[in-house]
Amino acid sequence: MGIPSRGAPLARRLAAKITEFCGKSVGEGTLDITLYRDDLRRGPTRPLETTKLPDGGIDDKLVVLVDDVLFSGRTIRAALDALRDHGRPRAVQLAVLVDRGHRELPIRADYVGKNLPTSKTEDVVVMLEEFDGRDGVVLK
Amino acid sequence: MKHLLSTDGLDRDQAIAILDTADRLKQALLGREVRKLPTLRGRTVITMFYENSTRTRVSFEIAGKWMSADVINVSSSGSSVNKGESLRDTALTLQAAGADCVIVRHPASGAAHRLAGWLKHTGTSVVNAGDGMHEHPTQALLDAATLRDRLGSLDGRRVAIVGDVLHSRVARSNVHLLTTLGAEVTLVAPPTLLPTGVEKWPVAVSHEIDAELPSQDAVMLLRVQAERMTGGFFPSSREYSIAYGLNERRLKLLPEHAVVLHPGPMLRGMEIASVVADSPQAAITEQVRNGVHVRMAVLYHLLAHEEETA
Repeated sequence: MGIPSRGAPLARRLAAKITEFCGKSVGEGTLDITLYRDDLRRGPTRPLETTKLPDGGIDDKLVVLVDDVLFSGRTIRAALDALRDHGRPRAVQLAVLVDRGHRELPIRADYVGKNLPTSKTEDVVVMLEEFDGRDGVVLK
Repeated sequence: MKHLLSTDGLDRDQAIAILDTADRLKQALLGREVRKLPTLRGRTVITMFYENSTRTRVSFEIAGKWMSADVINVSSSGSSVNKGESLRDTALTLQAAGADCVIVRHPASGAAHRLAGWLKHTGTSVVNAGDGMHEHPTQALLDAATLRDRLGSLDGRRVAIVGDVLHSRVARSNVHLLTTLGAEVTLVAPPTLLPTGVEKWPVAVSHEIDAELPSQDAVMLLRVQAERMTGGFFPSSREYSIAYGLNERRLKLLPEHAVVLHPGPMLRGMEIASVVADSPQAAITEQVRNGVHVRMAVLYHLLAHEEETA
């Protein structure tokens, strides 16, 4: 399940790859975590994104959360809370394209595309064909 | 956004943002066993109803509770209002007691605006849940949400609002909101039930319901508000029903895709025939369902951001 915005297309791509490599189709969906954030009162109103569970729900399934960048870990905490309200998966794993460090919570990824040591002042921007017209990761 | 007092002055982007949030909330809650979001945990919402209401009060209460706010209901009977406390003092008391949001329904037009004025410089938001014959913005928003569900978009759609426009805050809020969202609104009513100055509203006016129905994408019926009537506005309820009621014959004049709305409470046999209210074109129960999501969205837009004290 992808976390919008950029986790959603990444999850779609991963699901397609899994199907391609092992011939088994896997369910795929998106999970908006805005309503579960702990910083809603620290900025302007955040627009909500789409939530769509995979066909058949998530009960007793292995759910892989997918996001573009793993940073403080707060998004993933919110995602775990959101997931709990939608059902009871058999297990939850985390896949991220970039792990940039600076965790503020005891959370780690099970699958990492690239570990990218960064300083806190830097910005990691993930670009995806679906949003930006091309794929890429830029460190600013 | 700090308050929601009227749809007059709500711009298109704000209105669409609220409607989109409502759609997403509906989607997020779909098929869930636990209909509870943690978003407004620790926030206190007080509903203050100085007029009778079932659906609006219940709908606000459910909306607040589904988002984990603490919701407290105050009605004029059973509160110090009965001892003669003024609206201002009641509001300041509720604010001092820790209300983050006060939802108010009041028989006097403009009550919610006054309340917002008194609560200026505090962090408390005000939602107008109907003030006299002025506005009822969340009703218009849920009507727009229902029309968007059924018709796609409101741009260029034609909506007739039929009945007691004069006494109707629902009509006023809808005229502003629906025209902001690009719809063409026609008011259909006997001349006695139209407000003075209606010619300055951004609407068409007609007295002949049969002539208007074939070209409409939606018809919104209004209840004849006997409790606000002091004179003779029409000869008899039977005559009103014959001239302006949506009956089975008139339902057939509408295009097949057209939607029938009613803000409730309905007077079956008066402004709407029972068969029409129960027909597939009627979206009356969808309106109530959307009401909860729209009010959740309003609370989200008012309370889930950094504090504004302006």
